This record gives sequence, C-alpha cells and structure tokens, in this order.
Amino acid sequence: MELLYTRPKTLIKPGSYYCPGCLHALAGKLIAEVIQEMGVQDDTLLIASVGCGGMFKRILDVDCASATHGRAAAAATGACRCAPEKLVFTYQGDGDLAAIGLAETLNAANRGENFVAILINNSTYGMTGGQMAPTTMIGQASTTTPGGRQAEREGYPMHMCEIIDQLTAPRFIARYSLDKPAEIRKAKAGIRHAFDIQRAHKGYSFVELMSNCPTNWGLSPLQSLEFMREKTLKEFPLGVFRDLEKEETL
Amino acid sequence: MAKQFMKGTEAIAEAAVRGGCRFFAGYPITPQNEIPEYMSRRLPEVGGVFVQGESEVSSVSMLFGAAAVGTRCMTSSSSPGMSLKSEGVSALAAGQLPAVIVNVSRGGPGVGSIQAAQMDYFQVTRAMGHGGHRLIVYAPSTVQEAVDLTYKAFEKADEYQAPMLVCPDGSIGAMMEAVELPPFRDAERKRLTTYASQCINPDKLIISTFHYTAEHSEGFNRLLEEMYEGWKQNEVMVEEYETEDAEVVVCAYGIVGRVAKDAVKQLRAEGIKAGLIRPITLFPFCTKSFEKLDYGKLKGILVAELSIPAQMIEDVELATKGRVPLESLTHSGGRFIITEEVYDRLKAMALGNTKEVK
Ligand SMILES: Cc1ncc(C[n+]2csc(CCOP(=O)(O)OP(=O)(O)O)c2C)c(N)n1
Ligand code: SF4
Ligand SMILES: [Mg+2]
Repeated sequence: MELLYTRPKTLIKPGSYYCPGCLHALAGKLIAEVIQEMGVQDDTLLIASVGCGGMFKRILDVDCASATHGRAAAAATGACRCAPEKLVFTYQGDGDLAAIGLAETLNAANRGENFVAILINNSTYGMTGGQMAPTTMIGQASTTTPGGRQAEREGYPMHMCEIIDQLTAPRFIARYSLDKPAEIRKAKAGIRHAFDIQRAHKGYSFVELMSNCPTNWGLSPLQSLEFMREKTLKEFPLGVFRDLEKEETL
Repeated sequence: MAKQFMKGTEAIAEAAVRGGCRFFAGYPITPQNEIPEYMSRRLPEVGGVFVQGESEVSSVSMLFGAAAVGTRCMTSSSSPGMSLKSEGVSALAAGQLPAVIVNVSRGGPGVGSIQAAQMDYFQVTRAMGHGGHRLIVYAPSTVQEAVDLTYKAFEKADEYQAPMLVCPDGSIGAMMEAVELPPFRDAERKRLTTYASQCINPDKLIISTFHYTAEHSEGFNRLLEEMYEGWKQNEVMVEEYETEDAEVVVCAYGIVGRVAKDAVKQLRAEGIKAGLIRPITLFPFCTKSFEKLDYGKLKGILVAELSIPAQMIEDVELATKGRVPLESLTHSGGRFIITEEVYDRLKAMALGNTKEVK
C-alpha cells in the first residue's frame, strides 16, 4: 500500500505540548515538514522564544538556542553571523516579537540579517493566560482589557508585516493564515520560500502566521477558527507584501 | 616579545582578539567606546564579526546566539549599560554559554558620571542578573594586567562554559602603558554540550535557560552551585604584599590597589609595618588572604575604594569576622584616592591615633 501521509521525522514523539486545537501545533508541523523536505535537519538552528512557541524546542528535532523574552532576533543575529552554514530561524509569538522584542525585531530586519523570523499571531499572550498583546483586536476582551481593548486607551493592533515593509533590507515579507487547508498549503510554501532565501544567504525574511488561542479566547477549537475568519483575518490582510526574489526573476 | 604602548581599552580589545574572540557586539557608552571602535576595524581582519547593537540588551543577546554556535565572543559596556546587560548575562549563565563581558566602570547610580569609579562592586560580585548566577570578576590594576586577565577570561569562559567579567575602572581603560601582548589562540568554533540537551533532546544541542521539571531545574541549580564552590577553591587571584608581619593593612583593588601599594612601600621605608591585599578576582573573593593575617599584631584594615557608599568593605567584614577594626576610605564621581591619603590613614592607624585623621 502506498504511504500517503506520515509524521515528519523531524518531529519528536509523542508530539505537541500545546492545548487541543491550538494552531501552534500545525505551524510547528509545517516547519518540520519543510526542514525534512529540504534535508537540512542537521544544519538547522531554531531560535526559540518565550511564550507557547517556546515549547517548539521540545518537539522539533533540531539544535536550538532558546532566547529570553523578545531577544530572539538578536540571538539569531549572533548565530547567523557566526554560523553562515546553518539554517537559522526564529519562532516567536506576537507579544515576544512585537512588544518586548520590537527593537530587536526591527533592527535585525533593517540590517537584513540572514535569518527567517516566523511570527505566530494569536492576538494574545497565550502562555501567561490571555493578557492583551500588541495584536489584540479593538473590542477584544483580554485579562488586562476585561471590557475589551479600546483604541483611545490601548491604541490599535500592530501590523508587523506592514511595519517591516517600511524597511529597505528585507527580502520576503508575507502573512498567511492557518485556518483552512488552502491557506495552510500557501503558508507552507511561504515558509519554504523564506528558508530557501536564507539558505542562499540572501538575507532577512518575515513570515507571519495567523493563529488562534482557543484556551484564552474562551472558544472551542472550531469556534476559534470562526473568530479568526470573522475578526482577526479582517484586521490582518493576508498576502505577500514583498518578494524581492520574484522581482529579480521577472 | 617587544612591548607596545597601548591604551587600556584598545589593549583589552586586542587581547580579546588574541584570546580567540571572533564576535563582538556592543552599544556606545563612555568610557569604553574605543573597544567597539577597535573591534569594528580589527575583527574583519581576522575573519571575525562586529555588530553595533541597537542597545545593550540586544548586544548581549547577540552573544547568546554567537556563543550557541561555538564562537568566542565578547561585549563591553560601562556601568549604566551593565544594568541593561544583566538580563542577558543571567541568560548566558543559565544557557551555559561561554562569553566575556567587559565593564569599564564609571560612576553611579543611574546615569551617574562618566568618570572612573568602582561603584558596581555589589552588582558584579553578587549576581549581575536575577537567579543567583555568578561570574568570575577580574579587576586589573594595570594595562598589562587588563590584557592578561582578558585573555584569561576567554580561557575560563571556555573551561567552565560560563560568562566571565573583566572589570577595569575607567582610569585603566583610559591610560596608556607599555604592554606585552599574548600569542594568538586558535579561534575554531567548538560544539558545546549542555545540561538542557540531556533534559530536552540528548540527540541535539539545546541551549535553554528554562527547565521544564522541578528535578531538572534544581539539578541545574546544583550544577552551578558546584561550579561556583569550585571557583572559590581554585580561581581566587590576589596580590598580597608585605602582609605577613603587617600591623596595618590596606585592602584595595584596581587602580586604587596600585596607589595603595605605593603608600605601603613608603611606610615600610619608614619602618612602619604596613601591607596590602589587592583582590584581583572580586569574585571569588580572597577570603583566605585574611585568614593568613596575624591578628595578634594587626591594628586595623583600611578598605579603600572609589565608591560611596563603600561596597567591598562588606566582603572584608565577612572575611575578618570582627577580628580587627575596619576603616573605610572612599571617593567617587571621578575624585581619586591618592597615595598620600592612604599613607596618612595607615600611618595614623599604625600609631594608634585614627580619630584625629579625617
Ligand atoms: C522578561 C520576561 N517578561 C515576561 C515573561 C512572561 N511571559 C512569558 S510568555 C509571555 C507572553 C507570550 O506571549 P506571545 O509572545 O504572544 O506568545 P504566545 O504564548 O501567545 O504564543 C510573557 C509575557 C517572561 N518569561 N520574561
Ligand atoms: S495557551 Fe493558547 S497559544 Fe498557548 S498552547 Fe494553549 S491554545 Fe495555544
Ligand atoms: Mg501570542
């Protein structure tokens, strides 16, 4: 019988430590598949972060340096400068990347460092129990905005792809969603494209993956996908913001 | 080898390159700017990398990644910047990552002053960051010693897979002296082994500052405890000068130790039995040097430091356990302790009229 689908060997059994229905697990699987398909498992360095994404190092079977909260882009800078032979990528939540790590994120992007930054946007601080993140929606309740985020008080959701698109150096900037199969396939192709750019030493890529947090959103996994389609995906438009590779081949 | 005339900061940078440093990240702050400036031109010559970080936090975090892939690395800053680096230094300690941090120290607290001072003693000797981690803290008193200790710090960082601190005050950084530079060490990257790998994924290299079970967390803390206790046995460095029969002793480090030695020499020439204890490592502290003193003869110990309030005096208190009166001589803000002051205070102490001298 033909084997059509199996767990990538780059994932450690028994697998996810995430909550049921959490799309962190899916994002992790896509990355694991891409690493396996590229045959670079032994050359990969995951720069993990603080947040639920930090658990990725427990399931992805590659070398890992797990940075402190927000500092993944700086750690990735040191790693990719010293070890150009490695596939270096960060895996960060929205709180980690866009709040506490904003300076590190933007400056590494601006220097055009040769690593891939992967942002998991779940519009909350998942790990710490659902506080407001820079990406939290206007009106969305969180444990620190119990009546909902108010623009006058907390400002507006931050759009990291659009912000990074203001910088000259980045090669590839894209936002994908993990809510349905067609989008998931695009996301995987985008991750692969970014990793290829890194392997070719062409510089910085930024891949934002729209995700969920059923636990802290207080929704079932299926309801959380509905919430994404009705709310977060309307706030955060999907698509490729920049692809200098494509422009070069045109 | 021929001696060269070099400025302290640049000599430290060159010693680092010779010690195998191939990655440097730093953020501008007086009085250490010559270190990043030197590194920006020197490292590319030897195939190394210089990055100007967007902050001290970021610079030290770059070391986290550089050290993780086995590159010898360094960052430097001065006092206010060290507070920002403390997060990353704690992470380097927790991640079992070798790295060298240089603090060309200046006045504090806060932005303090840009003049030379020794006001970071508590911060560097207790735990720069949270979580009770420690560092071997090297405090040079000459440019040559700054070179030798920086070079040594790289060896020790490798040996213990831990961050090390070189802590010259601003005057050592700024002065020019003749130095003999050490030979070039190999600068090959090396693969680390970590406790976190054993806990999380033994097949791969895992650098983690976090442990997932109580057993692993405590186990790691025990590992560090054991290492720090070993440092207390094996890594203490101190200069003891004329202490055996001393009736009065001055304890001072860095530039002040050098000044104090002159005072001791003058007093000895006059027949006054003065001695010097100059800690070279601030941690681990030279507690044993104080055990060797003859408390039957000793009239007092003067602790001289460029810090108000005095800080090192607490370690001297711990080491002497009330066996002898202690006095403190302090200045700060860029005012220096001069030989005559140490001389006067020791002499008064020896003659038993300490009260009359301010
Ligand atoms: C210096 C520091 N501050 C705060 C924390 C607590 N903390 C842990 S995870 C986290 C937020 C994570 O949110 P995000 O980055 O969005 O990741 P998610 O869990 O949502 O995937 C915070 C604030 C920490 N570990 N370290
Ligand atoms: S808390 Fe939220 S983000 Fe974290 S694992 Fe659970 S569902 Fe996922
Ligand atoms: Mg989040």
